[in-house]
Amino acid sequence: MRKKLKMPSIGGKTIILNVVKYLLAIIIAVIPLIPVWSMLLWLAVQSFSGRVILGIIPSEVTFKNWRFLWSPIKMGLKEYPNIWPVTLNTLFLALGVTGLVVFVSTLGGYALSRMEFKGRMELMQFIIALHAFPSIILLIALFVILNNLGLYGKGYMTLVGIILIKAGLEIPMATWIIKGFFDAIPWDLEWAALVDGCTRWKAWRTVILPLVLPGIGAISIFSFLSGWSEFLLVFTYVEDEAYYTLPVLIYHMIGEFKFIDWGMLAALGLFFTIPTIIFFSTSQKLLLRIYVGGIKR
Amino acid sequence: MALKISRKMLPWIFLAPMLMMIIFSWIAPVLLTVYLGFTDLSSKNFLDFIRNFFTENVHLTLENFEKIFFAKDPYVVEALTITAIYVVSVLSINAIFALVLSIAIAYFVRNEIVSMLLRVSWLIPRIMPGIIYALVWNWFIDPKYGLLNTLLKFAGVPEALLPESWLLSPPYSQILMIVVNGYVGASFGMIIYTAAIKSIPTDIINAALVDGASDFQIARHIIVPLLKWPMLFVISWQTLSLLSSYEYILMIWGSGGGGGYAGIARAAKVMVWSLYSYSKAFAAEEHLYGYASALSLILVIVGVVLIITYFKIFGFRRLMEPSRIEV
Repeated sequence: MRKKLKMPSIGGKTIILNVVKYLLAIIIAVIPLIPVWSMLLWLAVQSFSGRVILGIIPSEVTFKNWRFLWSPIKMGLKEYPNIWPVTLNTLFLALGVTGLVVFVSTLGGYALSRMEFKGRMELMQFIIALHAFPSIILLIALFVILNNLGLYGKGYMTLVGIILIKAGLEIPMATWIIKGFFDAIPWDLEWAALVDGCTRWKAWRTVILPLVLPGIGAISIFSFLSGWSEFLLVFTYVEDEAYYTLPVLIYHMIGEFKFIDWGMLAALGLFFTIPTIIFFSTSQKLLLRIYVGGIKR
Repeated sequence: MALKISRKMLPWIFLAPMLMMIIFSWIAPVLLTVYLGFTDLSSKNFLDFIRNFFTENVHLTLENFEKIFFAKDPYVVEALTITAIYVVSVLSINAIFALVLSIAIAYFVRNEIVSMLLRVSWLIPRIMPGIIYALVWNWFIDPKYGLLNTLLKFAGVPEALLPESWLLSPPYSQILMIVVNGYVGASFGMIIYTAAIKSIPTDIINAALVDGASDFQIARHIIVPLLKWPMLFVISWQTLSLLSSYEYILMIWGSGGGGGYAGIARAAKVMVWSLYSYSKAFAAEEHLYGYASALSLILVIVGVVLIITYFKIFGFRRLMEPSRIEV
């Protein structure tokens, strides 16, 4: 469209300007990506090869780096926890967060979108404010609360505590996102159900809920990924290695293995990233919508 | 009558779980931070405090704030300096670099596929799980196995200028801290800006093209002025989150240094204010929860003040739709 309208300009100036333009684009948008691309390439290549040249050119193909899948990881005398229970912990955390976030924010988002009540506007502003408020400075106080509830150092109960905290921190944003999906459903549809004699609850369950399923899908994926990669809460609140999640295990292993076995670290990293890769390649549009709509650093 | 009450109650039934979670995860900890900031809570009296929030073993005191404001803790000044360097540098990457980047990606590059590829690539630092981001950076900067020093040598940087360890030698470690967070921040800026650029009505740009304006003139005189609000939004949002963000620093320096993040971050001079607060509570031997809360409390206050200011500047609507263009 734009191109067609452009004047058929001849002359050196235009050509030079065009060259400058693309040069600028390359310097600014492409060159800084070289580290990012090489990091991804390294992760993929290194995990399947023994020695690598410059970190990205493989020399031999091996599955030795993936040995953590079937045998315990050892470093000198220290034996790291087996990968599968740790993966299960991570999954437990991620699914717990997802379930709680979806349940709570769907209810809340519906009320914010569809119901009249006193203080509705104020509540929405408050949620936006929370969304902007940096939650990680509350970690110390949350630690005290966790201790006070007797959830510290209690194995799976500690993870439950972390689920509650994490879900609570995600809820303002998730509610906001799902509210947007509710807003997009025409009022008439709900009216029609109500006129036909549905109770509000029944209208919600049979008419509205199916229509916001994409929204529910979006916040499910979103909160699953954020629970899956949660680091700080587990790092801070879980002492017992048996209840580590993958990010914390990887954290502790980087320092030990970085001098001798980048291959295993890369394989472990790739193993951990699988869900992220799957979700982003299958539902990129949905996630972009969230990343554009509701943003949190 | 009964029906009326239930109609009034209904929204609150729907909202109750959300409100409970918000009280649990946000309001209670904020209030507790305020209280803890005025106490001498540490590992010594922590157990008593857990049993009873008003135990006599925990004293109310102003000492924490004396330590902060009257420089009784000499490290506070250094943490403040590092935080200032950190916030200002990353913020300029966010606001200015990301703006030029977005114009390049969304306007200069006309090919849809190339543009999309670049956008997705620039999103990667943001969507990658934090610990993996820390892992790949740890590899990238590794002097022996990593690619960074090789690339820099290739680009013509003399070997004498390259540090032995990017993680530990101060000016380099600080550069690394800025770059690592800069990528994530540039991602964020790019998302907002490209969405805004894409929503500029094409007639405006076409009109300028017909009048013979070059792409640079269009970028300078049409796109940039229209991005005023998104820019202001990115800057204010990022200021707030940068002031308190320490997760990447903790993960990269902690994991790279073998787990003891507090000592490493201090030696590498990347101990920002929020990380300092965190390390006082969880890494220091005495676990100074009270003092750490006081340090956090200052950030909480700054955060609340900034948020109120933003509501004043932007109004509610603009805060919700950052990439909307008003022509």
